[in-house]
Amino acid sequence: MPDFQGYGWLLLDGLVLTLGVAIASMLGALALGLLAALGKLFAPRAGKVLIEVYTTFVRGVPELVLLLLIYYGLPTLVQNTAAKAGYDLSLSINPFVAGIGTLTVIYAAFACEVFRAAYLALPPGQREAAYALGLNPVITFRKVELPQMMRYALPGLGNVWMVLVKATALISIIQLPELMRNADIAARSTRQPFTFFFAACLLYLAITAISMLGQARLERWAARGTTEARS
Amino acid sequence: MDFILANLPRFLEGAWMTIQLALFSCSCGLLMALPIALARLSRKRLLSSAATGYVFFFRGTPLLAQIFLIYYGSGQFRHELGALGLWTFFRDPWFCALLSLTLNTAAYSSEILRGAIQAIPKGEIEAAKALGLNRYLLLRLVILPRAIRIGWPAYTNEVVYQIQATSLVSIITIMDITGVARTVGARDFTFFEAFGLAALLYLILVYGFIFLAGRIEKRLGAHLIRPAAVNKPKLAGNIR
Repeated sequence: MPDFQGYGWLLLDGLVLTLGVAIASMLGALALGLLAALGKLFAPRAGKVLIEVYTTFVRGVPELVLLLLIYYGLPTLVQNTAAKAGYDLSLSINPFVAGIGTLTVIYAAFACEVFRAAYLALPPGQREAAYALGLNPVITFRKVELPQMMRYALPGLGNVWMVLVKATALISIIQLPELMRNADIAARSTRQPFTFFFAACLLYLAITAISMLGQARLERWAARGTTEARS
Repeated sequence: MDFILANLPRFLEGAWMTIQLALFSCSCGLLMALPIALARLSRKRLLSSAATGYVFFFRGTPLLAQIFLIYYGSGQFRHELGALGLWTFFRDPWFCALLSLTLNTAAYSSEILRGAIQAIPKGEIEAAKALGLNRYLLLRLVILPRAIRIGWPAYTNEVVYQIQATSLVSIITIMDITGVARTVGARDFTFFEAFGLAALLYLILVYGFIFLAGRIEKRLGAHLIRPAAVNKPKLAGNIR
């Protein structure tokens, strides 16, 4: 057991914040992603184009650049515009909010593609049968389509979650005291960078390993009542 | 507009740095990926579990942590590395950036290669064996050409993520697109313009590469021959 010189708790504190940021961003990404997917499928032309531009932009720009653009760029943009209009205001975004906001915006774009593909994978007969039974479109979506979509979407969403957890490390750059940032602080004050960064790596690995187990269980749950040939 | 004209040369230098990092790390990573993929598929337990462990570590931890582990973490072994004559390398941010990017992409690429090798129809390999090809020839003439065609679309994605991943090395002082944007933005307090221009350059690099890769895919003829397993609708188009 390596000697953490009393900084072990700092790492665990960071782990808690990392998990909090990851879960909050994932929930945001799921909600926004589902909305965007529905928009991509059913919105009028202009809406579809707008969502397409959003997903294309987000998927082509590195997370770090987007984070810095939102955290440093947005306040300066607002301040400069306000200054031109004759107002003097000073603005800054809380790193916690900027971090969750950025990750939500980025991973909603990925979740959107997953949801859309899952919707398209549904056999159209399901919808037709629901309509024939007299269910309205909203109930059809909630009771018939969404539960089946989850089965197709879960592998992709699990992947989004794992990538998102790792991406939370970037928020350390804007000084949010999550796992990576706290490992950095501990590494600097003890002069044992390898020990602490390696410990942080092991904690990330633990999250990944537990997530993989959880995902397998969820997938089994979502696939209940179906039989599929396994190779 | 003034901003773009005044700073474009520096940003283009940054773009060249980004391209170099992506190019070097992807080529070295691909070279490493082949032995790792073969080791994972090997029947020797020790070999396959070592490769599995490598892939699990590098895919399960953030790239930022890996960069810090190599760049800052090596300082803890300064004397040992110095005695081996390796300290000059690890002191250099460029070397550490390239090393961590390469190790990282090697893990992801090896998984793509492994999937592609496993997707080759068994009959083709059996046929090659029946023709009397030895293991080296089997790999060179049958497995690899086939795996490259099958894996190319997925590998294209990997390169796209690698181009974006290089932005992290700006944190250890390398002047790539992001590094230049951070410096320029902080100097003139023009963060929005600086990161906006950086985002634009990444978009050009990424979608330019995707266009190029599509042309290569056509030449590989991947659209003609693709086994059923890969042809399934891609629901879990994995991102990293």
